[in-house]
Amino acid sequence: MSLAADSSRSLRLTALTKEFSTFTAVKALDLEIPAGKFFALLGPSGCGKTTTLRMVAGLDVPTSGTIHLGDDEITYAKPYRRPVNTVFQNYALFPHLDIHENVAFGLRRRKAKDVDEQVRAMLELVELEGQARKKPPMLSGGQQQRVALARALINRPEVLLLDEPLGALDLKLRRGMQIEIKRIQTEVGLTFVHVTHDQEEAMTMADTIAVMNSGEIEQMGSPAELYENPRTTFVANFLGQSNLIAGTVSNAGSDVVKVDMQGTQVSIPADRAHVTSGPGWVGIRPEKVLIAPEGEPIDAPGNHMQGGVVTDVSFVGVSTQYLVRMPWGQELMSFEQNTGARGIIPRGTAVDVSWRPEFSFLLPASQDVNAGAVEES
Amino acid sequence: MRRGRFTGYWLMLPAVVWLGLFFVIPFLSLLATSLYDPEGSVLTGYDVTYRFANFTDALGEFWQPLWRSLWYAGVATAICLVLGYLLAYAIAFKSGRWRTLLLVLVIAPFFTSFLVRTLSWKLILADDGFIVDALQTVHLMGEDGRLLATPVAVIAGLVYNFLPFMVLPLYASLEKIDGRLIEAAGDLYASPTRGFLKVTLPLSMPGVVAGTLLTFIPAAGDYINARLLGSPNQRMVGNVIQDLFTSTGDYAAAGALSVILMVIIVAMVMVYIRKAGTEELL
Amino acid sequence: MTGLQRAGRWIGDHLVMAAGILVLVYMFVPIAVVMLMSFNDNSDSRNVYAFRSFTLDNWANPCKPDGMCDAVLRSVEIGLLATVVATLLGTLAAFALVRHSFAGRSAINTIIFLPMASPEIVMGSSLLALFVSAGFGGRLGFWTIFIAHVMFCLSFVIVTVKARLAGLDENLEQAAMDLYANESTTFWRITFPLVFPGIAAAALLSFSLSFDDFIITNLNAGQTVTFPMFVWGVSQRGIPMQVNVVGTAMFLISMFLVLGNMLATRKRKLVE
Repeated sequence: MSLAADSSRSLRLTALTKEFSTFTAVKALDLEIPAGKFFALLGPSGCGKTTTLRMVAGLDVPTSGTIHLGDDEITYAKPYRRPVNTVFQNYALFPHLDIHENVAFGLRRRKAKDVDEQVRAMLELVELEGQARKKPPMLSGGQQQRVALARALINRPEVLLLDEPLGALDLKLRRGMQIEIKRIQTEVGLTFVHVTHDQEEAMTMADTIAVMNSGEIEQMGSPAELYENPRTTFVANFLGQSNLIAGTVSNAGSDVVKVDMQGTQVSIPADRAHVTSGPGWVGIRPEKVLIAPEGEPIDAPGNHMQGGVVTDVSFVGVSTQYLVRMPWGQELMSFEQNTGARGIIPRGTAVDVSWRPEFSFLLPASQDVNAGAVEES
Repeated sequence: MRRGRFTGYWLMLPAVVWLGLFFVIPFLSLLATSLYDPEGSVLTGYDVTYRFANFTDALGEFWQPLWRSLWYAGVATAICLVLGYLLAYAIAFKSGRWRTLLLVLVIAPFFTSFLVRTLSWKLILADDGFIVDALQTVHLMGEDGRLLATPVAVIAGLVYNFLPFMVLPLYASLEKIDGRLIEAAGDLYASPTRGFLKVTLPLSMPGVVAGTLLTFIPAAGDYINARLLGSPNQRMVGNVIQDLFTSTGDYAAAGALSVILMVIIVAMVMVYIRKAGTEELL
Repeated sequence: MTGLQRAGRWIGDHLVMAAGILVLVYMFVPIAVVMLMSFNDNSDSRNVYAFRSFTLDNWANPCKPDGMCDAVLRSVEIGLLATVVATLLGTLAAFALVRHSFAGRSAINTIIFLPMASPEIVMGSSLLALFVSAGFGGRLGFWTIFIAHVMFCLSFVIVTVKARLAGLDENLEQAAMDLYANESTTFWRITFPLVFPGIAAAALLSFSLSFDDFIITNLNAGQTVTFPMFVWGVSQRGIPMQVNVVGTAMFLISMFLVLGNMLATRKRKLVE
């Protein structure tokens, strides 16, 4: 079932700004979302992602800037005059209408034909064909979520906006729905713009993620790109976790940048080094940090450091998470898969630490090392 | 959503005009009346002579019914608070599936005429009614004892008439309390009594405040209960104002007394709300 | 838990309910007496305080007492008219207060709050003072009662509708607009149906306030007689038992409406 309009058009935001009386929620945002993509706007609460979404939906009027859908400008169009539909955060299902009429609402407003037939097909797609005559409050959270999705999807919008659509569901249901929404998007081939503060959700579902912070986009790219090569400390901390270690560039080559990090020379691939001189933060993801009891070999030729001591061990099933205090006082995180190849290293053990240079990255020292580290829920 | 800048004013206008014309202006007019020259009459007309002595005259002459009104209304409100709290608490926490039905029963008395119900009280408390008979049979009351024409009857009538005004706001605030809070108090070693005093009661304060005001204000101004169930010895300020306006035609004194009553009530409401710390009620 | 503790807890649990039910009984005794007296035959006696013998005459001839049915009819007329006007004006004002911004909001809130905090005798006498000083002293009647009733119903309507409207999730209206409903369609398809229970409750409240009002009405009625005024008048003399018929009928009709509505809602839920 493909709902995509014949002329797929991209959504383009240009210098989009929204000022409220006391603060600026969105600052001169430029963004182009290609047609048919699953796009996620990721950021902590208050970063302006929902305001951006509401401006695209027409529910908030921008202070300045423009919104284009293909060649049409829709910046000031009324919400009911733009081919954009929204799945609201708490679903906003009409409590006095049954499920069938909720889903039919948009079609009836546009005087579509075969409304009942279309609604039945749509309810089938979201596996709710048996619930058509119930009122929304009688459905479970997951079912309500799917009604909200069906109610928006049935209108075949050019862009479907999802505002934290899974926020109210419990963790297990949320994982299930993530996969289901992704499946539906692939099936219908529409442009989805998904707003969330849950980085795992964004990475699971989206083709492209834009990380937003304080009304601006920090970085945009595929989930793997953002995770492996963050350009800011905010992205490094907000999307997963990172070890950030202070260092100074000693030699910037065309392929490799050498950094003096707490007395050790480490090398970083040039395309991952976002500083070429002076001080910076050497970043490495915890699962890339390998440890072994002092003197034992580590399978990671490259940046090798001695003198670590295990200060904390957490066994979380799929992996074991260690905190290792380094000679310069900083505690590094190291996550190790429980492959069974080796036993758990007890607390207090002296260890060597190592990682492959190609996994590390270098960020400007001017950025706050703790930016984005405290994840909000 | 963009809205017209003046739409709000247009929507508000009719109600504000009505209240302005028929509530605010009349009150100002009452103020003027209270300053009339008491020598005037309906026939000769009235002059506003700014005679502030009207107030002292009215107080001097009618301080007894005025005091009695506040006293009766205070006692009735206190009794209403106890009875109403019991009922509201029972409905909010103990009624289970009967909750809606019980709530309907609380408002049911509204559906029968206020006066007819008060007359029914008169009948119940009558000298040859069954309550007096029963009390006399068990010698709790002398042979010539009576309930009608006593403060007890008037206060019982006030309690009866204004009890629903107490129960509904109390219920509304009790119902909002999360039952888990009370359980948590129990978990933290509070006895049921302490749990009630430290958790339930403070959380229901908005209901207590709203309920007491909704009961006290109409009770203080009421004259029907005093008239039907009491005797001239139970005359309340409402009776006096009513008589001054309709029988005596002494508009100046009636106006002055009304203003005094209003001022006392507003002052009490203000003090009470400030003390109870629920200013957002206004 | 020991048996004693369990017994103590059982009593504690049920004591509150028992006390609550006693309070309800207190509230219902006078109504029961009204119902009983509506079947009282006191045609041979002026004593209205004793139940003498059972009869259906009062129900068969409700309009026998002079002027009573006229008074009931007048109360219904005034009640309906005042309800329509107060509900309309109050609903508009509630929308203005919840959905629009304007200057002088706190002054307006005070004007709305004050009538609910004023003793009826003060409101009634001040209206009378106005009518008299405006030269309407001789023309008191149907329209002055109507004006007074709309005045004291307005605040209650505004408060009731406002509460309902404030509880309405604005997302619902935005969702409707997002789903191609323009402003007026959104209002009539979403806002109005969802606020309607509040408006209906406000109308019911208005009607019962108006129908039942005595103190304000009595001061501003002139020669016009409403049902409460009729009852007041006869209470000084002998009370015709038909008054109890009206009281009982009012009670039964409204309970029938409320409980019928409740059962219908419950049934609908069961069917679904």
